[in-house]
Amino acid sequence: MTSTDEAFVAFDRVQKSYDGETLVVKDLNLSMPKGEFLTMLGPSGSGKTTCLMMLAGFETATHGDILLDGVSINNIPPHKRGIGMVFQNYALFPHMSVAENLSFPLEVRKIGKSDREAKITRALDMVQMGDFAGRRPAQLSGGQQQRIALARALVFEPELVLMDEPLGALDKQLRETLQFEITNLAHQLGITTVYVTHDQTEALTMSDRVAVFDDGRIQQLAPPDELYEKPENSFVAQFIGENNTLEGVVQEIKGETCIVKLDSGDIIDAVPVNVTSVGERTKVSIRPERVEFKKERLQEGTHTLKAEVLEFVYMGDIFRTRLRVAGQDEFIIKTRNAPDQERLTPGQMIEIGWLPQDCRALDA
Amino acid sequence: MSDSVIAADGRPLKASLNRALRRQKLRALALIAPLLIFILVSFVMPIADMLFRSVENEIVENTLPRTVTALEGWDSSSDQVPGEEVFEALYTDLAIAVEYKSHTRLGSRLNYEATGISSLFRKSGRRVKKFDTDIYAEVFAAADPAYADPGQWAAWMSDDTVRAQLPVTTSAYDDWAQMIIDTDGDIPAEETPWNFVYTALFQDAAAGASLPIAVDVSTVEPVSLRAEFGDLDDKWLDPEVWQTIKIYSPKFTNGYFLNSVDLMKGPEGVESRPENQQIYIKLFVRTLIMSLSIMGMCVLLGYPIAWLLANLKARTANLLMILVLLPFWTSLLVRTSAWKVLLQQQGVINDTLVWIGIVADDNRLELINNQTGTIIAMTHILLPFMILPLYSVMKTIPPSYLRAAKSLGATDWTAFWRVYFPQSVPGIGAGCILVFILSIGYYITPELVGGTKGVFISNRIAYHISSSLNWGLAAALGTILLAIVMALYWAYDKIVGIDNVKLGG
Ligand SMILES: Nc1ncnc2c1ncn2[C@@H]1O[C@H](COP(=O)(O)OP(=O)(O)O)[C@@H](O)[C@H]1O
Ligand SMILES: [Mg+2]
Repeated sequence: MTSTDEAFVAFDRVQKSYDGETLVVKDLNLSMPKGEFLTMLGPSGSGKTTCLMMLAGFETATHGDILLDGVSINNIPPHKRGIGMVFQNYALFPHMSVAENLSFPLEVRKIGKSDREAKITRALDMVQMGDFAGRRPAQLSGGQQQRIALARALVFEPELVLMDEPLGALDKQLRETLQFEITNLAHQLGITTVYVTHDQTEALTMSDRVAVFDDGRIQQLAPPDELYEKPENSFVAQFIGENNTLEGVVQEIKGETCIVKLDSGDIIDAVPVNVTSVGERTKVSIRPERVEFKKERLQEGTHTLKAEVLEFVYMGDIFRTRLRVAGQDEFIIKTRNAPDQERLTPGQMIEIGWLPQDCRALDA
Repeated sequence: MSDSVIAADGRPLKASLNRALRRQKLRALALIAPLLIFILVSFVMPIADMLFRSVENEIVENTLPRTVTALEGWDSSSDQVPGEEVFEALYTDLAIAVEYKSHTRLGSRLNYEATGISSLFRKSGRRVKKFDTDIYAEVFAAADPAYADPGQWAAWMSDDTVRAQLPVTTSAYDDWAQMIIDTDGDIPAEETPWNFVYTALFQDAAAGASLPIAVDVSTVEPVSLRAEFGDLDDKWLDPEVWQTIKIYSPKFTNGYFLNSVDLMKGPEGVESRPENQQIYIKLFVRTLIMSLSIMGMCVLLGYPIAWLLANLKARTANLLMILVLLPFWTSLLVRTSAWKVLLQQQGVINDTLVWIGIVADDNRLELINNQTGTIIAMTHILLPFMILPLYSVMKTIPPSYLRAAKSLGATDWTAFWRVYFPQSVPGIGAGCILVFILSIGYYITPELVGGTKGVFISNRIAYHISSSLNWGLAAALGTILLAIVMALYWAYDKIVGIDNVKLGG
């Protein structure tokens, strides 16, 4: 991770309150190297947009510094920050044609006409919208409008681009195409991107790193795989992907592993992530695809739990089975649809277990 | 196949669809019928009536039918007084009109065109009975007593051969008979005809017609009606009076419209009015200019307020909205009178300015009874009509546009001017049309605070409707006003496009 000194974008102990009573952003520390694609992911109301707006200059931080290329930008007005921005509702100027929309940032920068035209053509070609220069935004579909909005944010060659849920209003297929195009463009052009979304798949597939927001704080900042496989707290574990949670008390910690006594009295193995002492309450988290129910695939001596099959769902590539485990009805396991795979039947009693490193003992 | 699709009930699909739609249309029509009728009665008909009145001019021909016919042979550009036959016709017409009292109305009507005619007609009406034409009755009665017998007259006048022989007498007798039935309820067969009927009889006889009982009239000295009228008032010997009567004798006239634009009809055609009577063009121009100023003031004052309303937090915005709408809750008269109190030379504003020292005590500002007063008071009254459409349009402009513009490098001003303002233009258009059309026809406020220099054309229209009773001119002025508004509306549509006008959403 880059230190604050060489970071291109840095939030340094930033706080924000709108009403002087509650902090919407609490102690935000974040630093991004040049060229990184960082996504802010979190539930609605967690302060993502607020952070983006502070970076863009439309909101002022109540406390703390925001640095761009090492310089504090707290007192620089938005139009001097040179940050490209893509809005959720596209914010294309309805009274201007596509070309005029793209020309706008160049005109206010007093760029000559021929230069302008070259840049507009290049930007439109970049988003494959070269043929639409003369259209009005109202004559374009949602996906096309978003492409134009992207081109407009890039046409003046900013080094930093902010996107606030840019694909939120589009259908799934279009969203996936555009996700791919946006990441490709960002990497090709080498621009630094801050991307806001509440869609975890989007965050995981697009980003170099993801900052998971909740309650005005970054809960975890990590690359997608680490976020999924090694969630650092139970919020992140629950928020990213599907997850099984069992509650209990830490009974024994020995180095890299610990033993947890569940509320039902069962004993399981886990990795202590943010539990430090015996007797502490914890939520253990296990991904559904890491649960095994065949003895031969479990390590010697691992603890197992009795489980009753409640429901079996055939999903094509995988089977999704719901179990009752340790008095809990919502325990899910996922198994790959392979020729030798066993299909469980409701009512069947099985024993489940997992590798100790796949089970993480998190905060309660 | 497509032209003969059959519906489930066996009829052609098209017919079924039409039937279903017709019922819907009828129901829709029934729903709007009350409003439609109301608009027809209270809006379309008055306007049609106004358009009609602005050109209608039947009064001259209805009151002086014989004179109008007789004048046809007179050359109005000749500067000559018409001949005896015109005065004879006028005598009969006037004698009848006096009984109906319609000569005074005609006098007032013609007085709009040439002052003095009203009193001329009144005076003539009083004196026309005292003309020396009574000798004719005596001559005929002396020749044969049957001429003094009402029954005999009635018998003659129902005999077609006599009627054909005595056209002038017949027409005079018929009108006289109708007149005494109408005014006194008398029976013509029991009353001796009046002098003017005998005068007509004499005219027929002098022209060589054969009378029912022959009378030699060659020895009778005819009474010159031209001389009689000349004695009554020498204005009757003034060709200008006759020119006026002749010019306004057609049933329809463009005279009111000419008058509305400071022109008039002369014997040689259209000419401009004397300098001191030219007021309407000036008034129209003033009305337009002041309406434009009021509109401009409303834009300048209303735009920032509408912007605030659209961008403040809901609670503050509501409060502000109530303040904007407050004027609607108080009577127009009260508000205008309040401006009188404020704007007077001894009023609150002048007092304050004097007290601050900006204005000297002996040099107080004239803020009322002039154009300033009208503009101030009307801007205040019409401001909500500018703010409301502006507000409703601004409300639909998402704040993200301004942010987008700024993020693209635009300063606050550029972002406003190039991004926000163009999108608010439809609201400005709607507000301007509303304010302008309202103010161009405004009446009460200019009347109360406008003095003489600050009144509008509508005040003049009101004057003609309620004081001078020249409804034709009022109608013509109103029609011109309507035409101006429609022309401006059309121009606006051509230049800005009426589709660009938004009152909301
Ligand atoms: N302009 C504002 N005024 C007051 N409160 C705001 C404003 N914008 C956002 N908030 C509050 O701040 C919190 C975070 O909002 P936001 O940053 O928009 O979250 P997110 O984008 O993650 O959904 C929310 O509780 C929201 O109600
Ligand atoms: Mg948001």
